[in-house]
Amino acid sequence: MSQSAEKVLDHMNLFRAPEYTDMFESKKTCFEGGYPDIKVQEIADWTKSWEYREKNFAREALTINPAKACQPLGAIFAAVGFEGTLPFVHGSQGCVAYFRSHFSRHFKEPSSAVSSSMTEDAAVFGGLNNMVDGLANSHSLYKPKMIAVSTTCMAEVIGDDLDSFIKTAKQKGSIPENFDVPFAHTPSFVGSHITGYDNMMKGVLTHFWEHAERKENGKINFIGGFDGYTVGNLREIKRMFDLMGLDYTILGDNSDVWDTPTDGEFRMYDGGTRLEDAKAAINAKGTVFMQSYGTEKTAEYVKSKGQETLVFNHPVGVTATDEFLMAISRLSGKEIPAALELERGRLLDAMADSQAYFHGKRFAVYGDPSMVMGLTAFLLEMGAEPVHVLATNGNKEWAAAMQALLDASPFGQGCKAWAGKDLWHMRSLLATEPVDFLIGNTYGKFLERDIGTPLIRIGFPVFDRHHHHRSPVWGYQGSLNVLVKILDKIFDEMDKSTNMPGKTDYSYDIIR
Amino acid sequence: MTTDVKARNKEVIEEVLAVYPEKSAKKRVKHLNVHEEGKPDCGVKSNIKSLPGVMTIRGCAYAGSKGVVWGPIKDMIHISHGPVGCGQYSWASRRNYFIGVTGVNAFGTMQFTSDFQEKDIVFGGDKKLDKLMDEIEGLFPLNKGITVQSECPIGLIGDDIEAVSKKKAKQIGKTIVPVRCEGFRGVSQSLGHHIANDAVRDWVLEGAGAAEKLKEFESTPYDVAIIGDYNIGGDAWSSRILLEEMGLRVIAQWSGDGTLKEMEATPKAKLNLIHCYRSMNYISRYMEEKYGIPWHEYNFFGPTKIAESLRAIAAHFDGKIQEGAERVIAKYQPMVDAVVAKYKPRLDGKTVMLYVGGLRPRHVIGAYEDLGMEIAGTGYEFGHNDDYQRTTHYVKDGTLIYDDVTSFELEKFVEKIKPDLVGSGIKEKYVFQKMGVPFRQMHSWDYSGPYHGYDGFAIFARDMDMAINSPVWSMTKAPWKK
Repeated sequence: MSQSAEKVLDHMNLFRAPEYTDMFESKKTCFEGGYPDIKVQEIADWTKSWEYREKNFAREALTINPAKACQPLGAIFAAVGFEGTLPFVHGSQGCVAYFRSHFSRHFKEPSSAVSSSMTEDAAVFGGLNNMVDGLANSHSLYKPKMIAVSTTCMAEVIGDDLDSFIKTAKQKGSIPENFDVPFAHTPSFVGSHITGYDNMMKGVLTHFWEHAERKENGKINFIGGFDGYTVGNLREIKRMFDLMGLDYTILGDNSDVWDTPTDGEFRMYDGGTRLEDAKAAINAKGTVFMQSYGTEKTAEYVKSKGQETLVFNHPVGVTATDEFLMAISRLSGKEIPAALELERGRLLDAMADSQAYFHGKRFAVYGDPSMVMGLTAFLLEMGAEPVHVLATNGNKEWAAAMQALLDASPFGQGCKAWAGKDLWHMRSLLATEPVDFLIGNTYGKFLERDIGTPLIRIGFPVFDRHHHHRSPVWGYQGSLNVLVKILDKIFDEMDKSTNMPGKTDYSYDIIR
Repeated sequence: MTTDVKARNKEVIEEVLAVYPEKSAKKRVKHLNVHEEGKPDCGVKSNIKSLPGVMTIRGCAYAGSKGVVWGPIKDMIHISHGPVGCGQYSWASRRNYFIGVTGVNAFGTMQFTSDFQEKDIVFGGDKKLDKLMDEIEGLFPLNKGITVQSECPIGLIGDDIEAVSKKKAKQIGKTIVPVRCEGFRGVSQSLGHHIANDAVRDWVLEGAGAAEKLKEFESTPYDVAIIGDYNIGGDAWSSRILLEEMGLRVIAQWSGDGTLKEMEATPKAKLNLIHCYRSMNYISRYMEEKYGIPWHEYNFFGPTKIAESLRAIAAHFDGKIQEGAERVIAKYQPMVDAVVAKYKPRLDGKTVMLYVGGLRPRHVIGAYEDLGMEIAGTGYEFGHNDDYQRTTHYVKDGTLIYDDVTSFELEKFVEKIKPDLVGSGIKEKYVFQKMGVPFRQMHSWDYSGPYHGYDGFAIFARDMDMAINSPVWSMTKAPWKK
């Protein structure tokens, strides 16, 4: 017996004890009916071959380990960024349990959202009653200031009409006639979570703006897009904008609701864009979109209202942040303050100090399309060499824009942008054309284990490391965080590969 | 419990009901109660549709089938058939541990999906499913079979996954199981368990060649199967070791670290040992009817229940096994005594509120009591009346009972009752921690475990102590605020 009260063994160690390893061996040989180890090894090796890669890339129907989720997740992400807003997802209830769990696992925070809990009868007769009763229940129990309705694929397949359902619910007295209920149809079989963000953001703006008269007031709106670092990033954006003296509105500011204190009180709602600010945002001079992929429809809508739109792709690094600030400065007429210029210089100073360690290092990057673009641009800026960049939810336009970015840099030659591919494709890429480092979300750890490529966790979701979402990856400060994150992994790997006494004592340097 | 506690519990039920619209309050009142000793059940209605808009904690039938019953079968490939989300959110998140080479001969932490697009909804997904199965066979030749885990659209667009599965099973020569676990079916995960159990019956135990496969199996008089243990954090392993030590031969694990071959061999068991009654009683009853295999519900949480269970299991066998049970109990007793001696003084008298899934709202109570702790309230996400009947053997008079609790209710209950610990899921964890209430996830063991068996009890005790007595909770109020 290996377990003891004095030193309690966790699963990590308990199951390596001989009584367990013997048990596993006997289970395997007596009952599992598996293939011989030699066969398993043969197939394992084959899965890393060029032949397998070609077979793998010939897939037409099967998706394996995709780096994307579905629309309503993004709709919830957008909705909780508004003051006192309860996301209400019309359709099957299991989806909402999944969305809430997914966000809680990433942010380590509560995530509130409700479902209209449709079942078989609603599949036959439609979910109107679920909407009518559901809005009344939500309003009574959770006292929101606004309820933002989106849909699951069930409601979409049977064709429920949110607009008319919400009107009927109001007529039936579920909620006050003047209560704000923006909505968006968010079918899971179209696009991904970033599409859902776009649809819901557009839904909220349409709700407030559609019958409003626009009187330009010189303010600037900011829309971040679906972003795992939203807590750190939006606070960094506010800090930078305050330094510039901008008059601005963050639309969908979920940085507080996903970072509430432990002080004895649970805040179901916290912070968020005030509803009157969302309403008044139509009067802004222009709107800044931090991630062009996943905000297309909202941008088009904003433009149609007469605003200028500034569109970026998750700027990271000096050049991208320069361009971002200069565009904001031009739009707002505010100068870029000395404090930010100082931060720029400090970032560049850090990059100069460390660039030698990035130079020539080969990278694979995957994630949401704009983020991949922003991170790749930064790698190029550091003299690193991206080799495989992939976005499961990227489209052809993204692949073309990505390729243009790569082709324009001497460090981007030989890198290919893969749109619509998944992480099993990435596995083949890493196995056949190896790189030094992989940048991606938590699921990248399976690639790290299979192929041995060290994973740098940047993306969404990150379930298995804590608190990184609290630090920005945007702006000069955020770029510095990205730099350090990558650099730490580079140094760790150098140490790990030189730590064999008697063999590699010579490169195990104390100064790097 | 004192009449004060009962009165308080009744009062808090009244308080939460007062906030609902009248129509909904009338429905919710049936799910909330203060337990009265001597009653045959806990006095609540269960397995009824959740009210819309109330923030139920429940999931869906797909979660019950793919996530719970089928997902852990490690050498089969489970397709999340439909749009991308369901498979994505349930990808590798349940901690049903297994041993295998992922992507080669084991597939438990991978997400296979048909990733439905609009055209699949419009034109149907059967052709895609057909092609996808060929692609699986080509890329993962060591898979033992495939299951098709239906997401909502499948049942709505009229796809015939059974026909595709039959055709491909013949072509490929492996077991292919269509599962009609669309998320809109039923009221919770529970129907998904049932549907998944029925699919095992129809497509594995009664599947092509099942009888021949059974003939090949060499039985012993001491063959048992572990049913309804999903090996969360290794639970089935720390259970199996005890059964083997007492002289039994565990021929199958359903379904944690399980394989298709183990499932197929189970009709050869002399006794089916069922841990999670809720999710796998169906298949146990079927095997009892069809093959005459008795089943026994056991409880491996905490030394009291473990010893009781080991003796009760042994009673189904001969003296050799009965001696084995005593030997196992005696072997672990010193370790258990040391665990209790170490942790009980730190946990004695502490109160716990539970809200979990299938068996844990009752099964873990003994383990808490072994450490001197008391259960102030408990409830099931997707229990049925037979669960609430069984619960009466565990809870004391006056315990607050809440079925399919809403987030609103649970928050109010905890505020009022002020337990020393809440045990529930990831969606609840941070709510209560913000309130300064220690919390342990009782689905995933909060990334710890195993909690089953004697080895698991040591971890359980350590974890509860670590949660309740963590220094962080003493700082929730700023010292300058009174």
